[in-house]
Amino acid sequence: MTAALSAKGRRRLTRVGVNAAGVLVAAIALFPVYWMVLSSFKRNSELRALSPQFLPTNPTLNNYRKVLERDFFWTAMRNSALVTATVVTLALAIAFLAAVAISRFRFRGRVAFIIAVIAIQMVPAEALIISLFQVLDGRELTNRIIGLSLTYLIFVLPFTIWTLRGFVGGVPLELEEAARVDGASRFGAFMRVTLPLVAPGLVATGIFAFILAWNEFIFALVIMNRPQTQTMPVWLQAFNEGARGTDWGGVMAGSTVMALPVVIFFLIVQRKVTAGLTAGAVKG
Amino acid sequence: MAVATTAATGVGNPPVTAARRRRSSALPYVLVLPAIIVLGAMLGYPLVRLGTMSLQEYGLPQVFGKPAPWVGFANFRAILEDSYFWTVLWRTLIFCFVNVALTMVLGVLIALLLEALGKRMRLFVSASLIIAWAMPALTATIVWQWLFDTEYGLVNWALDRQGESWWADQLTFFMVATIIVVWMGIPFIAFTTYAALTQIPTDMIEAAKLDGAGFRQTFRHIVFPAVKPILLILTALSVIWDFRVFTQIYVLQRAGGITRDTNLLGVFAYRISIGENRFDIGAAVAIVMLLITALLTVAYLRAMLKQEEV
Repeated sequence: MTAALSAKGRRRLTRVGVNAAGVLVAAIALFPVYWMVLSSFKRNSELRALSPQFLPTNPTLNNYRKVLERDFFWTAMRNSALVTATVVTLALAIAFLAAVAISRFRFRGRVAFIIAVIAIQMVPAEALIISLFQVLDGRELTNRIIGLSLTYLIFVLPFTIWTLRGFVGGVPLELEEAARVDGASRFGAFMRVTLPLVAPGLVATGIFAFILAWNEFIFALVIMNRPQTQTMPVWLQAFNEGARGTDWGGVMAGSTVMALPVVIFFLIVQRKVTAGLTAGAVKG
Repeated sequence: MAVATTAATGVGNPPVTAARRRRSSALPYVLVLPAIIVLGAMLGYPLVRLGTMSLQEYGLPQVFGKPAPWVGFANFRAILEDSYFWTVLWRTLIFCFVNVALTMVLGVLIALLLEALGKRMRLFVSASLIIAWAMPALTATIVWQWLFDTEYGLVNWALDRQGESWWADQLTFFMVATIIVVWMGIPFIAFTTYAALTQIPTDMIEAAKLDGAGFRQTFRHIVFPAVKPILLILTALSVIWDFRVFTQIYVLQRAGGITRDTNLLGVFAYRISIGENRFDIGAAVAIVMLLITALLTVAYLRAMLKQEEV
């Protein structure tokens, strides 16, 4: 029977199969996210129904109201906001300088520095928690925004340096030189020519730094161990543990509140930050 | 998820051709100094501390200020002679291997699928994958915990096994953990591989087809060799990441997993230190973790430096 199929028919069959596989992949990727959002709008009775509803039938905002009124929610929000703001500011400032150094200068130790930056990203933070906690505790930096922010720089900095390196390196040096020929100082040329061109890169990298700091769970769990100093992930997991499977609506509303800004930001910058993905990837 | 992108951009950045030789001055050193200070204080110093702690007796009395006596390699001897440590180490390696294998195979298959899809479908599937990729590890784990909930979880409803826990049994616990880790890891692998696939000149594939090569032959002789370097890098990265899985295991243990049956190296070190106040033993476990990661990293760096001029 297959032999009877024309080449055209066979091609159409393949097309259908490929598209079906595509739909399946998309469904598996999306479903947990969909289920999270859907559950957050369900009443407890619906969540415990014998056969689950796959579409919103009678949505309620109750779970969100509960979450927003829950103990320490706004404290956690505030802590997370402060930590991420501190991390993004420090990381961008420090990383930008380093990125300029490694993409605009050749100097002794440059390659060693770059290798260190890459290697640091591989260090399992999990292995460091213990001693880092002790070091911070000795300086009375546990349960403090600045202590956690400095900790996050361990993994945010290498990433921001590496990404900004690409953005700074992407600005042709000739542009800067042209400005200098026109009489600008090196600093002036840099500020007026290179910086504006790198600005979109700074924004994208900053958003990524935000996401990293916003999501981080393990260090926050250990370093911010009081209810008043919890960040969002620690707060959410405490909520999840405390609910013991009895308040999935509330936990899903909390999860949605935490994941939403990340998903939106990620959709915005994903292309930009991973744009270089193909450029040098396969040239071997 | 986001850390994944770190590597993505790292791997893919165009080589720095713009950098020119400039007369050496103090300026570049001044520029990298803040980064070095922060990383030295927050990473270098704790690393040294970890090293010294693993060579000391460091328990609760030391936390409260008693001096810590040096004990040489006694802590390492203690863990290496502890059969439970070996159990956890092997468990971690097996978990890592299974997760990397699944993530890589499925990720590459999805990359091939993306290439085979029409423009619109590709956009749709990509967007779905990006959304999965964007989910924070913690919320993703909690959502999967809800999907696999004992009483009201969707999976138990679908399988008609309400009331049966996925967490109590070691094997089912790690099955769910694997699903979560693989689900989160696939988008990065798929996108990076897809990007590499699009770099293969189409005329090469056309030529192979003209010469009568089928899909399988084209893949083996043209496609695979072309993406092999990037696959090596991705594998090395996945190994490094899946070796240190923490959040997923921690959350699922809290959901009802039996700690002793489900500890992986990272969680284990955490529990000995924070839970049992044996910072010395925990430090020794952490050092072992670091050494294994260091070996993997060397492999990764070599693959990476071969790809890209620094």
